[in-house]
Amino acid sequence: MPRSADDVTWFQPASDQSLLAYFGREIGLDTHQRIIKLLRLLEREPIAGVRDLHPAYCSLLINFDMLKLDHDELEATLHSYLERLEEESLPEPRQVEIPVCYGGDFGPDLNDVCATLGITPAQAIELHSSVAYVVYFLGFVPGFAYLGELPKSLAIPRLPSPRRSVPPGSVAIAGNQTGVYPFATPGGWRLIGRTPLEMFASGENAASLLSIGDHVQFVPVSPEHFADLKNK
Amino acid sequence: MSTIKIQSPGLFTTVQDLGRPGFGPMGLSPSGAADSIAFRLGNRLVDNDDGAAALEMTLIGGTFSFPEGSIVALAGSDFGASLDDHPVAPWISLKINPSQTLRLGPTRSGARCYLCIQGGIKVNSFLGSASTHILSGLGGFEGRALRKGDVLSIGPATATFRERRISSQRLQHLSARKVLRVTSGPQSDWFPESSHEAFYKNTYRVTEDSNRMGLRLEGAAIPPHSRGQMITEGVSLGAIQVPDGGEPIILFVEQQTTGGYPKIANVISADLPSIGQLRPRDEIRFEQVDVKTARALFKEQEKILASEDLIEE
Repeated sequence: MPRSADDVTWFQPASDQSLLAYFGREIGLDTHQRIIKLLRLLEREPIAGVRDLHPAYCSLLINFDMLKLDHDELEATLHSYLERLEEESLPEPRQVEIPVCYGGDFGPDLNDVCATLGITPAQAIELHSSVAYVVYFLGFVPGFAYLGELPKSLAIPRLPSPRRSVPPGSVAIAGNQTGVYPFATPGGWRLIGRTPLEMFASGENAASLLSIGDHVQFVPVSPEHFADLKNK
Repeated sequence: MSTIKIQSPGLFTTVQDLGRPGFGPMGLSPSGAADSIAFRLGNRLVDNDDGAAALEMTLIGGTFSFPEGSIVALAGSDFGASLDDHPVAPWISLKINPSQTLRLGPTRSGARCYLCIQGGIKVNSFLGSASTHILSGLGGFEGRALRKGDVLSIGPATATFRERRISSQRLQHLSARKVLRVTSGPQSDWFPESSHEAFYKNTYRVTEDSNRMGLRLEGAAIPPHSRGQMITEGVSLGAIQVPDGGEPIILFVEQQTTGGYPKIANVISADLPSIGQLRPRDEIRFEQVDVKTARALFKEQEKILASEDLIEE
């Protein structure tokens, strides 16, 4: 049965100046694509008074200026956008390769991960770098991409207590997710490698290396190659 | 170009403006002044636009000089300021001569005091804003808190000095609150009645482990919900998360943009600036209001901020 664009979207105020639009109750590509479509529509045809958008796995948080909008008005306008989701087509995802030097000082948790999962480091590296991941969204800190889905045989809970500071570029796994820490921040995911790439460029033309919807492939590199890339 | 010289920075002093909303899809929270009301009032005292960049001091203020002289105002909490050993009050405009030194000390009231300077602080704009985002080391002055010896540029003076003060009567209606009003959070109905009772009846203490990203509270643990794992979603400014231990966390201006803990409530917009004045060990309570009331309170606040008799000359 064909379904209308908005019959699986529901709304919930998050605060007096923000509204959550939910697109599903489970993480999945279908839900993810509907969120990107709404995001693209809202970026192309902004609603007056909307200040910020926070996409996530199954939801889009919309922050607005209370002097210009209220929840009911925003919800009504969003319905007209949702009706157009079906006709919105997404461009081919951008393919991004991320070089990673696995293990050693760059991936201090790799050996523990392997011991827990009963696999060798070579198998873990093969598993992690054999999959094309989807950027479900960016969150936590600037440029941090939530990448899924990690192969099931690599799924492992996060650390019992987070590190106070994780080196920038650290490639990490937790649950069925993987990601790269752009900055020295606290972090509870398990570190298995490091990339020499800058995940978030500062300066006036600031930009995140990854955007929502991108496809990501990790490419294993040697410590020597890592050093070469880092110096570029 | 005029300058301000940081002779000592105080405990934690950063360049802030009203933030950079609009970069949520990159995972970037807006940052900006922790007490946006004090920040705006300070700027008005020196004839700046509301959003001109200024210095945000935290708990202990710094010592500053202005080699070319300047017109400034202190706004927010009373940090026991003096100009060449003469005490100066917050909420008034001050003319500072090149030979004078402005000294601030530990706070005598809330957590933050703003030093607003006519012409505004000039730093390289990052995504359209001067605000420092400390966690990522972006924006502001070199993406960091100020240090002894830093020299920052000041924009050109826009008006001659006029002695101005914020109306004390108006200020009363804008002062920071310790009873924060909240609306329901997106997962309010996940929590049983006993959780709501604990949250609204008890007093919570702000811990030392609090900053511009968030305020960790201690006090009666909130009984957990039984709805299982939440899927990570966008979090709004002032969201009150309840992690597994049951002690709430208020997400603040440099917040993570998404989170996986359920939110029992959200501080109303009118009371967000009050969070910026909370110090470690302060005791706070929460009072529930509906969204309609929250909107009315915010509009009322903006009306006061727009009133003609706000500034006295």
